[in-house]
Amino acid sequence: MSDLASTIAPPQPVAADRLKFYGLWIAVIVALLVMPKLFSSGGSLTTFSLIGISIIFALSYNILLGQTGMLSFGHAVYYGLGGFLAIHAINIVARNKLAIPLPLIPLIGGLTGLLFAALLGWVSTKRSGTAFAMISLGLAELVASSALILRTFFGGEAGVSANRTKVYRLFDWSFGPQIQIYYLVAAWTLLAIIAMYALTRTPLGRMCNAVRDNPERVQFVGYDPHMIRYLAFCFSGFFAGIAGALAAINFEIANSAYLGAVQSGTVLFATYIGGIGFFIGPIVGAIFVTLLSLGLSDLTPVWQLYFGLIFIAVVVFAPGGITGLLMMHRPLIRGGTLAQVLPSYAIAFVPTLAMVVGLMMVIETVVHYSVSHGNSPNIRAFGISFNAASPVTWALAAALILGGFYLARISWARVALAWDDALTQARGKGIAA
Amino acid sequence: MLELIVISTLNGVLFGMLLFLMASGLTVIFSMLGVLNFAHASFYMLGAFFGFQISRWFGFWPALLIAPLLAGVIGAGVERFGLRRVHKNGHVAELLFTFGLAFAIEEIVQIIWGKSPVDFRVPTLLDFPAFTIFSTNYPAFKMFMLAVSIVIFVGLLVALKKTRIGLIVQAALTHPHMVGHLGHNVGRIFMLVFGVGTALAAVAGVIAGPALVTQSNMAGLLGPILFVVVVVGGLGSLPGAFAASLLIGLVQTFAVSMNGSLAGAFGPLSPDYAATWLSDIWSVTIAQIAPIMPYLLLVLILIFRPMGLLGTRET
Repeated sequence: MSDLASTIAPPQPVAADRLKFYGLWIAVIVALLVMPKLFSSGGSLTTFSLIGISIIFALSYNILLGQTGMLSFGHAVYYGLGGFLAIHAINIVARNKLAIPLPLIPLIGGLTGLLFAALLGWVSTKRSGTAFAMISLGLAELVASSALILRTFFGGEAGVSANRTKVYRLFDWSFGPQIQIYYLVAAWTLLAIIAMYALTRTPLGRMCNAVRDNPERVQFVGYDPHMIRYLAFCFSGFFAGIAGALAAINFEIANSAYLGAVQSGTVLFATYIGGIGFFIGPIVGAIFVTLLSLGLSDLTPVWQLYFGLIFIAVVVFAPGGITGLLMMHRPLIRGGTLAQVLPSYAIAFVPTLAMVVGLMMVIETVVHYSVSHGNSPNIRAFGISFNAASPVTWALAAALILGGFYLARISWARVALAWDDALTQARGKGIAA
Repeated sequence: MLELIVISTLNGVLFGMLLFLMASGLTVIFSMLGVLNFAHASFYMLGAFFGFQISRWFGFWPALLIAPLLAGVIGAGVERFGLRRVHKNGHVAELLFTFGLAFAIEEIVQIIWGKSPVDFRVPTLLDFPAFTIFSTNYPAFKMFMLAVSIVIFVGLLVALKKTRIGLIVQAALTHPHMVGHLGHNVGRIFMLVFGVGTALAAVAGVIAGPALVTQSNMAGLLGPILFVVVVVGGLGSLPGAFAASLLIGLVQTFAVSMNGSLAGAFGPLSPDYAATWLSDIWSVTIAQIAPIMPYLLLVLILIFRPMGLLGTRET
């Protein structure tokens, strides 16, 4: 029996692996400390804070979608309620001069998220799959509509605001300047990432994966899938509440938009675009989507449409998300056959880009004729000027789309062939794909 | 009081029938393809906007025919070139695809028709009161809406029970895999069902557009209620969807016309905590909570009958 146990237990990690593992975390800490020194402008500090909040939120969402296989359309409920409670907590602490410093406020938000996840989760996690998705949507609508009805607590349309500098001060940190908020968000982000990573390594985290993959067998083994889904839901709500509280501290306001469908949709987009198959996926997605939404909104008035189209493209062409795409290349890099694929990538890139540019020209032209009707037809989109009224532009756009589509189909088929060759060779060298 | 009951019942049944026009397509699509079409309400919205645009160019009656056809063709295209591609990546990817589609359709509608409501009017032929009941004029257009939805309901019933395709669809409701094993061209049936389902949603859009508000957020407002209908009725159950549609239609319509509140009922008691932030719960009227009634119903159903009213399937 002891023989069996020793063969099942994973081998003790060697020193090099441990160094690699802890080195990674230390590198993250150093990066978080150095970042504000490199980019010290107020704008970039705000961006970093938003990214940190978004990372916690996306990771908490991935506990549901990636780890446990529950597609939720209402995760913003716990984020938003965490934010509202945090704002009320700041006001109460400031009014009564309680000895609770601001860095502990996110914990209140987290506990709120946990409480409501525990309340609402029991009903909704009874079902899995599509039914769960619809129930989460219904509950989200319930909470979002109730928030508009219960005006005294949720502040109606305007929301509730607070002054974060009035809270009890520890070490004379006022949390007025953005740099202090950055460090607060960074510390919480690091803590949350470590905690959520640790969660995936616990028996509960493993059972979550089992429930995702085959709930029936989990029942046979003697676990209750409902209970496991429920626990995962509670953890997820807790971390979402922390993210919401940090957002509330960052903006010093909580309004009904925190709870709304747009917020739920954004976290779903971020998590899925980043990739739900790997722990790091939501982190990548949160960074990507936050930067994209900040960057695109400057470039074009219809950035949300591009956002939706990118999401659809990821769902159709890269269901593993960005990290999934990158991780696909690992066996090739190990096998040393990546170079064989790169030329065909380069060839496929040109017509694909042409097609995308053509689509963008069409969209911007339509926008010109509907949204900004009557303005000068010489429009600027993405830093490129063109005349939206001239037939040359239309013909060019049509040619780019049709020609690009045709050539892209051919060239991507070639990529697939080159890919198969490279993978076969890598496998020949003994690299497991 | 009697007036209120009669008018509310009429309106409730009407709203319920409209919901069922959409829920029926959604249910059949879900049963056959295994995917809940998140963009279903978006096709309802597309129907309304197509109807608005076509009725401007050619009048309402051609619009009633062309707009659903157009939306149905788009729906069939979505199934053929979108969903079928995503199918190999599993149900979550399919659901997410339709979610992204709903998002994109709303953005496109906003770009083309703007964010404010468009002026979609009742056709002059039907712009008169059908009858007067207790001093309330009931508009003829609403009777027309009711008639259209009943005709389609009956047509759907006949098509499902009496035709060969209907037989296959019915079989697919309970034994989707077996239908495939029997050698039917499942791909084409799927495309057809998706096209017809979205066209039905678009019909609802065209006839609801002039009566309700035709605006780019109409899909976002109706979509969640539609999913509540499908879950409350029981996923994959057509009779369940019918019952739930009528139930939610009636509940919401009756709630809107009621003015009672806790404060009204227990006003003299006026407990102390009624003055704190609980005061909203104390003083809110039933009419004000009408929008959340369907979701409350959803929670109640989930607690007491997780499968839905007439549902049998787990997922």
